[in-house]
Amino acid sequence: MSAAPAPAGIAEAPVPSTEDHDRRPVGRPRRRLLPYLLLLPGIAWLVLFFLVPILSSVSGSVQTGSLDTGFVLAWRWANYSDALTQYHAELLRSLLYSLLCTVGCLILAYPLTYFIALRSGRWKNLLIALVVVPSFTSFLIRTIAWKTILSDNGFVVHVLNVLHITNVLSAVGLTQGDHVLASPAAVVCGMIYNFLPFTVLPLYVSLEKINPGLLEAARDLYCTPFGTFRRVTLPLSMPGVVGGTLLTFIPAVGDYINAQLLGNPNTTVIGQKIEDLFLRNPLGYPLGSAISVVMMVVVLAIVMTYIRRAGTEDLL
Amino acid sequence: MAERQAGQAGGDLRLVNLTKRFGGFTAVDDIALTVAEGSFFALLGASGCGKTTTLRMVSGLEDPSGGQIFLGDADITDHKPFQRPVNTVFQNYALFPHLDVTENVAFGLRRRGVKDVREPVGAMLDLVELGHLARRKPTQLSGGQQQRVALARALINQPRVLLLDEPLGALDLKLRRQMQIELKRIQTEVGLTFVHVTHDQEEAMTMADTIGVMNAGRIEQLGSPADLYEHPASTFVANFLGRSNLVVGTVTGVDGDVVAVEARGGRLTIPTQSCRVTSGTVIVGVRPEKVRIAKSVDDVPHDHNVLPGGVITDASFIGVSTQYLVRMGWGEELAVFEQNTGAEILRPGTEVTLHWHPEQTFGLDGAQDIEAGADVDEEAAT
Repeated sequence: MSAAPAPAGIAEAPVPSTEDHDRRPVGRPRRRLLPYLLLLPGIAWLVLFFLVPILSSVSGSVQTGSLDTGFVLAWRWANYSDALTQYHAELLRSLLYSLLCTVGCLILAYPLTYFIALRSGRWKNLLIALVVVPSFTSFLIRTIAWKTILSDNGFVVHVLNVLHITNVLSAVGLTQGDHVLASPAAVVCGMIYNFLPFTVLPLYVSLEKINPGLLEAARDLYCTPFGTFRRVTLPLSMPGVVGGTLLTFIPAVGDYINAQLLGNPNTTVIGQKIEDLFLRNPLGYPLGSAISVVMMVVVLAIVMTYIRRAGTEDLL
Repeated sequence: MAERQAGQAGGDLRLVNLTKRFGGFTAVDDIALTVAEGSFFALLGASGCGKTTTLRMVSGLEDPSGGQIFLGDADITDHKPFQRPVNTVFQNYALFPHLDVTENVAFGLRRRGVKDVREPVGAMLDLVELGHLARRKPTQLSGGQQQRVALARALINQPRVLLLDEPLGALDLKLRRQMQIELKRIQTEVGLTFVHVTHDQEEAMTMADTIGVMNAGRIEQLGSPADLYEHPASTFVANFLGRSNLVVGTVTGVDGDVVAVEARGGRLTIPTQSCRVTSGTVIVGVRPEKVRIAKSVDDVPHDHNVLPGGVITDASFIGVSTQYLVRMGWGEELAVFEQNTGAEILRPGTEVTLHWHPEQTFGLDGAQDIEAGADVDEEAAT
């Protein structure tokens, strides 16, 4: 059977190659254009949904006017100082909450992911799937579910009360009295819950690809188990730590669903203010744009500094 | 802790009844072995024979199911890897990708709290001729260079025993030859005990003072390369180490220092010290390069072992020698390597008689599989 097609294959082989010769001069300009053609949809997308909105935000941030009279580009830089004086508290709160959320996610995710990636053997894929599965439900619904979980007659609050943990939490100002809901603690908890997979997945990729031989080499070269972790596992997982924290921190700064559903009037974050300015204030466009631009610049500066400091460029 | 041990006197590595089972599978089966201090020892065997598992038990990366490991007088069986004055050169080098060459080499010293690593690291990099690459990352090095870094990283700790797990397996043939000589030079220079695991018999023979041939979790034979080659103890060793012509025969008697055998109609003699049996079935062995080829029985010296009635089926001239395959009357094909001394090259179809000096014959226990080790060698070579 296998002998029969062979001569046919040999006979056919030279045919396309001569055709190729004939076509080459014609095919060349097309081939040079091809990469750009392939890039076109992506570029169009970025221009339409990234560049245009940014430019319109930036230009909006120095306009004046109202929804009724229309907005004009008046180069009113004072919008920025107005935005900062009125909303700096919310901006700082957003940064603080997302920082707490990022740190909390990392503290929870590292041991969890370490176990899944390096210790769980054949359960590995199942466990990592379980981390992701909750995301199949809507973000909103999961956050609303937390209202029930943290409600005053739920068992979580009951247990915390029995153990007097609520007393401790309210003493440091994270909660109020016997309640957990409608507090900064509830907001940060909700955020940690929602963003955990974003920390776990990049970390998992980093930890999972560590060659076990390196850990053996470290043990062979006089590392204690903790030494092996500190000198080999941790440095090699840094790209995952950096990637995971970025993927958590950046969207967390802009998140306001958790603050809205699980917080109180004193936990207002910048996202809520921006929403108000754009959707409920006829004069709010310029101020909303200005505060958006400020937030973008601040986040960018933080992220850039962080990546520089982490020094994982050559491992990423 | 490791330094305290390094200060102790005496240093043979001794494995006593060492056993390792994985579930129902016995990877290493009751091995007893002594490796003399300062020697170059090779564990030779096909993949899956248990040689790497043995090595990993010595390094502490695998816990034995039974038996003990001694280094000098100290029982190190239960010591953790980081407590043993033993270092390993791993098969795929396992260099730390986040550290440069210097820090890779300094790794062991730093973990043991050595403050000034500059001087020893410099000296070690000079020894492996990598001084100019000290600041490179492992990914920027060639395979041969990575291999040297791995060697330097282990050697710098001056372990009592250096374990090498197929260290040259990933290199191409030419580089491998070069590194074999290099490794041997370094071993002579530093005078440490080297235990080298390999499936490449040529590599083992080039470098080792003593070779242990492993098969199915056991050591088949221990000895110097020449000893194993000239006096194999089993068909596995005879076939795995080089090539052998093996013919089944029956012992007819022992006469002084020779054993007389009748095999396939020929009367052969084997020196008593090379013959493992003195009665019953025997497997008569002779290496292809020892066998001579004659067109007529009259050309054979009278005191030689003779097997008449062969027909040449293949003759390949390869320059230094001509390799013949000769089909014997009973169907077996025997190999003859004739050195190129200008003699006529015989054509396939020629009827020939094979003969050789009785001194070069060995006799093996007839109860074994005559093919043992023959296929494994081919498998390992590819």
